[in-house]
Amino acid sequence: MWEQIRSNQTRSVVLTIGMGVLLVLIGYFLGLYFFNNAIAGLGIALLVWVILSLIAYFQGDSILLGMSGAKKITADDHPRLYNVVEEMKIASGLEKMPDIYIIDDPALNAFATGRDANKASVAITSGLLQKLNRDELQGVIGHEVSHIKNRDVLLMAMCGVLLGTIVILAWYGSRFLFFSGAGSRRGSSRGGGQGQIIILIVALVFLILAPIFAQLIYFAISRKREYLADASSALYTRYPEGLASALEKLAASTDQLRTANQATAPMYIINPFRKRGLSASDLSSTHPPISERIRILRAMAGASFGDYDRAYRDVHRGGAVIPAASLAAVVVPIRTVKLEGEAGELNEVQRARETSDVMWRLHNYSTITCECGAKLRVPPNFRQSQITCPHCGRTHQVR
Amino acid sequence: MPTAAWVVIGIVVVLAIILWVLYNGLVRLRNQVKNAWAQIDVQLKRRHDLIPNLVETTKGYMKYERETLEAVTKARTVAQQASSAGAAERAKAEGELSSALSRLLAVVERYPDLKANQDFLALMEQLTSTENKIAFSRQFYNDSVLKYNNQTQMVPSNIVASMFGFKTGEFFEVTVAAEREAPKVSFP
Repeated sequence: MWEQIRSNQTRSVVLTIGMGVLLVLIGYFLGLYFFNNAIAGLGIALLVWVILSLIAYFQGDSILLGMSGAKKITADDHPRLYNVVEEMKIASGLEKMPDIYIIDDPALNAFATGRDANKASVAITSGLLQKLNRDELQGVIGHEVSHIKNRDVLLMAMCGVLLGTIVILAWYGSRFLFFSGAGSRRGSSRGGGQGQIIILIVALVFLILAPIFAQLIYFAISRKREYLADASSALYTRYPEGLASALEKLAASTDQLRTANQATAPMYIINPFRKRGLSASDLSSTHPPISERIRILRAMAGASFGDYDRAYRDVHRGGAVIPAASLAAVVVPIRTVKLEGEAGELNEVQRARETSDVMWRLHNYSTITCECGAKLRVPPNFRQSQITCPHCGRTHQVR
Repeated sequence: MPTAAWVVIGIVVVLAIILWVLYNGLVRLRNQVKNAWAQIDVQLKRRHDLIPNLVETTKGYMKYERETLEAVTKARTVAQQASSAGAAERAKAEGELSSALSRLLAVVERYPDLKANQDFLALMEQLTSTENKIAFSRQFYNDSVLKYNNQTQMVPSNIVASMFGFKTGEFFEVTVAAEREAPKVSFP
């Protein structure tokens, strides 16, 4: 039931190979046209691809985390978040605890990164952290952890690199064709009129279409992985409603994530660029429409992959999202009774306070709680030894 | 060498490879079961460690709940003693502890002062999470045992399993009735 998910990667691998073929064709055409030598073009295309791949493989996670301004936390900084991640780590059978990051941003989103299960990170925005209750947080983290467990992170990073290479080559290639290509060819000794024009037209059409095809393939892979991560999250938590209700909150928010860009979009739990009230058209989005993901989760009769697949087919009136090999005939009931601890559940105001405490601490501010209830945030460069509470006038020793 | 000899060698090599793959698969699953069991063990011990703290923190607030608190302490002692026993007996003792705890947590609802206490809230988070981790590690353990048992019983890996003495694993089932039942609160 757990490893079999890998068999599903066959389809993704086939699609990825499709993108690789596109890259090879682009290199071939460019080489043929500019250097009269297909091998040279292939060489350039592969070189660009290898360099970008190496960067993505070794530095991808730090670039992504750095760009989003994520801050790493420990168990003491935010016990609830740490615990929920550890719970999902246990439920998924991951061997190593992923690193946990908080992004100081009111937008609601989360992502997973890292090239393999032993070097993985989960990041969540402070906005989402304070919006979600424990069950919802569990659903979201379950989704992210399953991206790690299913090795989607590396797959999507590598596909992203392929896409990027194709886009870069096609962009420069088509510009050269337009502005200088035709001229430089005219002077060459071979200059055979009609054949050349045909090559030019074919090359142009191809250079325009290739990035579009590559993008569509990329989106197809990405959406598939999102459905799978939803199914896995439901299986790990045994509680699809948690993720469904979290997605509902995500759908209702209008804030766009400041630090996301087109390249990093598929990493997030929901598309960071979606427009309000618009269920993104099916082919041109990295994520399936949220409303649809919610409907599938709510239609699940149990928590197994089979139940998710049936729910998917009900919502779509056909099709299948999970390959037959993963559909072991196991009955997995949904958790009906909430686990212990309603007594300790925080409400949204308490969660907001808790999160803001963490964010101040991560920025090296120290916090002094005055007897009057006010919280004094002392900046790291504060030099005086005493501070006066602006609310009630009591003086406090700094450290 | 005659063709027949090559065919025999080929068959032997293929059989050896199949044996090798099946054997390694079984070992991997058995190790996964062992690791999953170790994880349950860690979490159960963690819960045992949290309880004295919980009883200490709540004692001051809950003067009239001595019985509930004593039941928790007693269930913890029993569960600790059962920790060297087999899965079935252990699951029973831990199930008792779970229900004693849920009775205590139901009673907490009546003490708003206690619920506002910061130490208590932090403790509750740890307890909640430990309960969840126990549930999730049990879930993963049982899934692993199911998969391992299937491998040891299904053709063709069952042949390898009986050749090398792979025994089926034991499920960790907490008495469902005790866990699922809503905690009964008796008002004095």
